[in-house]
Amino acid sequence: MTTHYLVLSGLLFAIGAMGVLIRRNAIVVFMCVELMLNACNLAFVTFSRQVGNLEGQIIAFFVMVVAAAEVVVGLAIIVTIFRTRRSASVDDANLLKY
Amino acid sequence: MESEIAQITQHTGGVIGNAWLMIAFPLLGAFILLVFNRLTDRWGHLLGVAMSLASFVVAVLAFFELIGLGEAERRRAVHLYEFIPNLDINMGLLIDPLSISFALLITGVGSLIHIYSIGYMAHDEHRRRFFAYLNLFVAAMLLLVLADNYVGLFIGWEGVGLASYLLIGFWQFKPSAAVAAKKAFVVNRVGDLGLLVGMFVIFTTYQTLSFAELKPIEVENGTTLAIGLLLLLGACGKSAQLPLQSWLLDAMEGPTPVSALIHAATMVTAGVYLVVRSGAYFFPEGSGAALAVAIVGAATLLAGAIIGCAKDDIKKGLAGSTMSQIGYMMLGAGLGPAGYAFAIGHLITHGFFKADLFLGAGSVMHGMNDEVNMRKYGGLRKYMPLTFWTFFIGYLAIIGFPLLSGYFTKDGIIETAIEHNQVLGWLAVLGAGITGFYMSRMVFMTFFGQKRWAEDAHPHESPTVMTVPLIVLSIGAIFLGGYLVLSNRLLLFLAPAVGRPEELPTFHFVSVPGITTLALVAVGAGYAWVRYAQAEVPVVQPRGSFVTTFARRDLYGDALNESLLMRPGQWLTRIAVFFDNRGVDGLVNGLAAGIGGSSGRLRRIQTGFARTYALSIFIGAALLTGALLLVGTI
Repeated sequence: MTTHYLVLSGLLFAIGAMGVLIRRNAIVVFMCVELMLNACNLAFVTFSRQVGNLEGQIIAFFVMVVAAAEVVVGLAIIVTIFRTRRSASVDDANLLKY
Repeated sequence: MESEIAQITQHTGGVIGNAWLMIAFPLLGAFILLVFNRLTDRWGHLLGVAMSLASFVVAVLAFFELIGLGEAERRRAVHLYEFIPNLDINMGLLIDPLSISFALLITGVGSLIHIYSIGYMAHDEHRRRFFAYLNLFVAAMLLLVLADNYVGLFIGWEGVGLASYLLIGFWQFKPSAAVAAKKAFVVNRVGDLGLLVGMFVIFTTYQTLSFAELKPIEVENGTTLAIGLLLLLGACGKSAQLPLQSWLLDAMEGPTPVSALIHAATMVTAGVYLVVRSGAYFFPEGSGAALAVAIVGAATLLAGAIIGCAKDDIKKGLAGSTMSQIGYMMLGAGLGPAGYAFAIGHLITHGFFKADLFLGAGSVMHGMNDEVNMRKYGGLRKYMPLTFWTFFIGYLAIIGFPLLSGYFTKDGIIETAIEHNQVLGWLAVLGAGITGFYMSRMVFMTFFGQKRWAEDAHPHESPTVMTVPLIVLSIGAIFLGGYLVLSNRLLLFLAPAVGRPEELPTFHFVSVPGITTLALVAVGAGYAWVRYAQAEVPVVQPRGSFVTTFARRDLYGDALNESLLMRPGQWLTRIAVFFDNRGVDGLVNGLAAGIGGSSGRLRRIQTGFARTYALSIFIGAALLTGALLLVGTI
């Protein structure tokens, strides 16, 4: 009965991963990361219900907290990069290489 | 057996008990001069002379104390300190007739040469350093002859080798001097190896290296023969005997007083000392080892004489003659107790007349702007009368002119040799004839004939400080031989230390070998007179015959060493260098280059695109998950 939830979770994760790999806009990449995180949350909550204890739901809360913190730092970085380079493309910030 | 040597007894107190002072004085001198360096520049040479003289005084006092003892008690050992307790090796001195004879020669002639050097080195800015090395040499040489065991002897042996190296290369700014010093050191190492291995064998066989604990032998066996031959190798190195003779001629690159002190009068006789000192233990009369010594001596005395005939450099001529005269001593040292006395006698008289000749040569060079080529001398006897007369006395002594020193000691060796071994004895007679030729050639080319000087030469007599030692040495060259040999004074004095022959030799003024020797010497001198005093001597060296070239090139000794040892050695090093460059370095460098190259390619993976990294993370996570699924832990 939880299969649908897990399939949805897998689809969302795949969409997020695909977005991270193929989109150039940093904001979109960022949202895709959030999508992956939330796909994981969905899986956690589903398993929690399936197994019948609360651990999965607790971890889902932790993930949300970490995601919120990450949004704060990540957006700040993206805004700073945009201010200096006038671009939000992740491929433009490629100076740190061989 | 009558050749029994006296027992060595312990001695304390008196001058003999403090004989270490003999070594300590010059050692202290060397120490002060080397440590306080420039501070001693002004009076350093005086300190050097004083230390050498102080040592001489101690030697003379010890000598008188020794002859005050009974004949059987004249071998006194003085214990100094424990040297290597684990092996029961103690450091001590052995004062006996043999060692005190050497000590007197070393300090006596050494002091004269120190005094001479004040004048000779007056214009050298490093005179103080020169005296430091001379003092170091005297100390090491005294340790060599005074030590009561082979270890002490070896330390002195290496000490004189070091001093010789430092002094040959004293003018090290001349490449030839630096090379000559290195050559002397390396060739001596070969001989030292023999001495060292000989000492090892002695220690494993007898568990001792002390002269007092070794027992004289009468019949040789395989072990003593091996020891004898190894010690002979050591003696050959130090005494420039065949086949290790090649360094001595080059050693003349050093200042002339060095040639006189080290490479004529004292150090090169260390080999003779070693053989005579070990005589009773490893070279019994008539043994194979003793025969080997005599053969080496006879071969070298001829080789040295032949080389001496062709040299135009006055010092190299004298060096050839030194080789030859030490050959005589070695020949004598191979003939048992009677020969020992004559060998030591010849050694002492040679110390005087050869030092006289070398210092005379130095005096000539001093007056001729350091010219050494005899072809540019000629007619000098009027300009340097004192040098001429002292040189002439040395010359008469070395060719064995009747009643001078060399006459007695060399004839003694020749007659003893003929008694023991006809062939070697008559070779020695032949050698004496050649000596007559080459020494006459030297005197005639230098002091007689026409002037062939360089244009800027102004020959003048040397200062008194240089001529006085010459006079003292030439007095020794006149009288010493007769004093030592007649009525067997030296032989009887040395008997407690080296043994007494079964019947005492009597000196024959008229004998077949003696007359033959004199006749050959006269022929040689006459031929030299015709060729080098009457006829004109070309200033430029003529090409000369095959034989002359042979002698000029030191009997191809250097060429032989070069082709047999040096070239193969160079090949070996070249192969090693090639292996090192291509093999070892190739491996190491190749490895480094491989890593460098591959990392240069690998770093291209770091593209700087965040999405590429993300992809690799995803692929990695996928692979990891797949692997876990395969193993079945999930």
